[in-house]
Amino acid sequence: MNATRYRAPPASDLSMVLLDELVAIFHRASGITHLVASPVPELLTALAGRWMTLDDIEQEFELIDGDRASLVSIMDGLGVAGLIERA
Amino acid sequence: MRYVLGVRIGPVTFRIGSDWQGPIAQLRTLYRDYPRDDGVPDFSVRLTPRRPWRRWIRPAVMIEGDFVIPDAAPLPLDQGVLAAEMGMNLQMALGQRRFLLLHAAAVERNGRAIVLTGESGAGKSTLAALLQTRGWRLMADEFVLLDPASGLVHPFPRPVSLKNSAIDVVAEELTGAHWGPLMRDTPKGAIRHLVPAADALAAAERPARPVLLLFPRFGLPADQRGVGAGEAFVRLTQASTNYVVLGERGFTALTRFVGDVTRVAIDYPDADAAAAMIEKLW
Repeated sequence: MNATRYRAPPASDLSMVLLDELVAIFHRASGITHLVASPVPELLTALAGRWMTLDDIEQEFELIDGDRASLVSIMDGLGVAGLIERA
Repeated sequence: MRYVLGVRIGPVTFRIGSDWQGPIAQLRTLYRDYPRDDGVPDFSVRLTPRRPWRRWIRPAVMIEGDFVIPDAAPLPLDQGVLAAEMGMNLQMALGQRRFLLLHAAAVERNGRAIVLTGESGAGKSTLAALLQTRGWRLMADEFVLLDPASGLVHPFPRPVSLKNSAIDVVAEELTGAHWGPLMRDTPKGAIRHLVPAADALAAAERPARPVLLLFPRFGLPADQRGVGAGEAFVRLTQASTNYVVLGERGFTALTRFVGDVTRVAIDYPDADAAAAMIEKLW
């Protein structure tokens, strides 16, 4: 069985604006505004239009001995918000 | 409609029609210094009886227009001005597409505007009215119009709706001001509408660059704190009636606005203290 993969919309589908410590995101497909904090903007940028597994993400962000449970929790939250898809 | 008033307020035109003469006569007096506009209006408000015979028997005013609130309780005829103002607010809140609407007040000096926002009862209308005697032009109360194309704030100098004790506080300072009828026993207590000063009406077509966003709270010792751009953004999305329908235009306008202005929450015990704080922040 293959590992779960995640993908965010292409960069052209999101408008991201830095507002001090937060980032406002406008998702063009849904018309919904999201207000998020790091590491969400970084994750969305890394996953923009490309499938990645959790291992890929940990490698990309050099999360050695990373907290896998909290990463899964973030990915689940982004899935519920409609900002990433999983397969 | 038997009785009609067409009026221009800044960039927006209204047509208010009524089956009764009384409310329109009162509105003509209230809006006597505003430009008349009998062309096709941006928004229409109709004041109608609940049932045809209620035009005469215990008359009660229903508010109609392109947008209505189902099951809204009618108002007594002597509160017809309030009904018209509520109707105008409703049409703007739900129908305005050119501007991003912020539930706020705004004042201006030297082409630069301060936007005052906050929850109802925070004292922003009273403060905006009183700043008129302290060197500020009143641009708007209730709705601030932010132009997504230019980032400028456009005037919308509607009469200021003052309630209960604020009526006397403002009347004491603004002697000679033009007022609407005093309406006691409305759902929000006593209400009276204050017409902005002559300079506000004369400059009703002149926008300004927003530079300061204030979150004022009346009745507390003088204090202030900076407000993060993210918090300001969230509070203004909640204070906007048409943020969602404007889509990305609204998002871009609002993120640019909160990024460009200085953002401060102020507590103030009276208008003098607030004015002094504003002068320092300015």
